[in-house]
Amino acid sequence: MRIAVQTDPFDLGEEANAFAAGVTAAGAVVTFTGVVRDLAQGGLRAMEIEHYPGMTEKAITSIAERAAERWSLSDVLVIHRHGQLRPGETIMMVATAAPHRKHAFEAAEYLMDYLKSRAPFWKKEIAADGSEWVAAKVEDEDALDRW
Amino acid sequence: MDVLYFAWVRERIGLPRERVETGAATVADLVSELSAREDRYAAAFADLSALRVALDQELSDFDAPLAGVREVAFFPPMTGG
Repeated sequence: MRIAVQTDPFDLGEEANAFAAGVTAAGAVVTFTGVVRDLAQGGLRAMEIEHYPGMTEKAITSIAERAAERWSLSDVLVIHRHGQLRPGETIMMVATAAPHRKHAFEAAEYLMDYLKSRAPFWKKEIAADGSEWVAAKVEDEDALDRW
Repeated sequence: MDVLYFAWVRERIGLPRERVETGAATVADLVSELSAREDRYAAAFADLSALRVALDQELSDFDAPLAGVREVAFFPPMTGG
């Protein structure tokens, strides 16, 4: 299991290949990537991501450990960036490896649902005409109920 | 104890962390103490339903006791992923 919280960009292809190469017995590898989209009709200059150093790593580790146990994962990878990111940049990725695809897919969804509302990150959209904190969505909180 | 603020809570209060000497029994008591200090605290803590609290880096709630706690953090609901 690898958890990385970093400002630096990462290479999605390299990370996915290295992850898959380490779990050749698993059979199913799922990856998900989050990208900064430009919501404000071309007006988004950057996404500023703040986090709580210390708690972030602990929270992600505990989410990943729960997923690994529940779906008998062979391995889990979570990379999440913070700092100032531009539209089109990769924010984060998760990868899960399991013997069967259903488990790998479900575990990846579980990781994403929990990272969204239980990992201490806060996003701020910086546009030409000002900046605004992204509000948490009720649906994101509700999404945890299915687990 | 150390009190930390994140995102708009940090901006509203105007600092990321501070050392607070308090005898507050619960998180809610600490919030009342801080709110009584200055308007910027009262403004940040006006609606507790819009806030989350972590005690020693674990999510908690406003009724939780503070005995033995070294680090309290206040922040809005998280928006990771």
